[in-house]
Amino acid sequence: MTTPPPSPPAGLILPSYERPRGLHPPLDSPGYRSTALRAPSRPPLVIPQRLTEITGPVLGEGWVAPADADLTTQHAGEPLGERIIVTGRVLESDGRPIPHTLVEVWQANAAGRYQHIVDSHPAPLDPNFSGVGRCVTDSEGRYLFVTIKPGAYPWRNHLNAWRPAHIHFSLFGRAFTQRLVTQMYFPDDPLFEYDPIFNSIPDPKARQRLISRFDINITEPDWALGYEWDIVLRGSAATVFEEQEEQR
Amino acid sequence: MTGLPLTPSQTVGPFLAIGLPWPDGSTVVPEGTPGAITITGRLLDGEGAPIPDGLIETWQADPDGRFDHPDDPRGAPENETAFRGFGRCPTGPDGSYRILTLRPGALPSPDGGREAPHLDVSVFARGLLNRVVTRIYFPDEAEANADDPVLTAITDPVRRATLIATADTGDKYRFQFHIHLQGEHESVFFDV
Repeated sequence: MTTPPPSPPAGLILPSYERPRGLHPPLDSPGYRSTALRAPSRPPLVIPQRLTEITGPVLGEGWVAPADADLTTQHAGEPLGERIIVTGRVLESDGRPIPHTLVEVWQANAAGRYQHIVDSHPAPLDPNFSGVGRCVTDSEGRYLFVTIKPGAYPWRNHLNAWRPAHIHFSLFGRAFTQRLVTQMYFPDDPLFEYDPIFNSIPDPKARQRLISRFDINITEPDWALGYEWDIVLRGSAATVFEEQEEQR
Repeated sequence: MTGLPLTPSQTVGPFLAIGLPWPDGSTVVPEGTPGAITITGRLLDGEGAPIPDGLIETWQADPDGRFDHPDDPRGAPENETAFRGFGRCPTGPDGSYRILTLRPGALPSPDGGREAPHLDVSVFARGLLNRVVTRIYFPDEAEANADDPVLTAITDPVRRATLIATADTGDKYRFQFHIHLQGEHESVFFDV
């Protein structure tokens, strides 16, 4: 249960971020075997949001080069695979965009192989694809990456385990409370129903929010398919009102 | 608050090392900065085994207890420095990480009290479906720690001790802070 934070004195009025309940996967999700020795056994202690939590690193302009957002032009040649555009907005739950915030992505190549020493999947590496990108959202909170559609790949979680194709996303938002790392999926992947990571999200409707949407209007003729995916981070409200509401 | 439904979390998986580390991530201030402290430690699982595929992120106030952030109601810090406030270090094969930073100052708390100097920490790893959050406090701040609203909310002294770094004998600029995700020495984690 949330302990209601004490009311702030004049002069130190802080924003307060909503606390989602039942949204994120439970850390102890037995279907995903790696959680067994890594999920804390005790529930986290709920603490009020104070200065350290309502602030966060401001990592906007200057942290990326424009070329960092195009994963298909980082090497001498073009990577193999299906060229795609992935774009969307970073928003707060009240619909306000989060401008000038850093978005980081990493992913497997078209064959389902990561350029990582530990990845032993017997699929080819692509010398023209590192699978890493970053960008900063524009004034309307929009990000845009050009990349290659990642392949599905096997993993050792259980017999015949395969991850649906996905791109890892890392978001900072405006405050420490908003930090989020998640995965974006592609429409109609036949692997969804078998994937314990996707299905670790308790609410089936919330799972669907990780699936991007094909958009013919984002698709560029004779060049690349377009997908849209918005990311919604915890919203903030004026402290005083929200805390009083909670205490009733 | 009604509005758009939130985006759920997913694990960083085993390959975060290709995407998240930065060349200068672990240096919150440049190497050689006068007064800089080093915090090192290991990320360990429920059997005490090192976690080699994790990421530690830190966020903290500057030595004056200020944040260079628009929501700090006290305004921007007066001294512009190379201090970034944010640190990020992937764990090594032995689960170890290292952050070079400045000691944070104490903070005013909205309830009128004071928070002892601390760093907020996010831990990411394969097997963590969401980040877990802990805090690093300092062993030589006994008085401030005794009044800190977060530390005092933890009644079990053994649990509370998991949040306090260990001083290096002989070097006041070095601290150790291990993070146990699970087990007998499990760190205290927070829902912020």
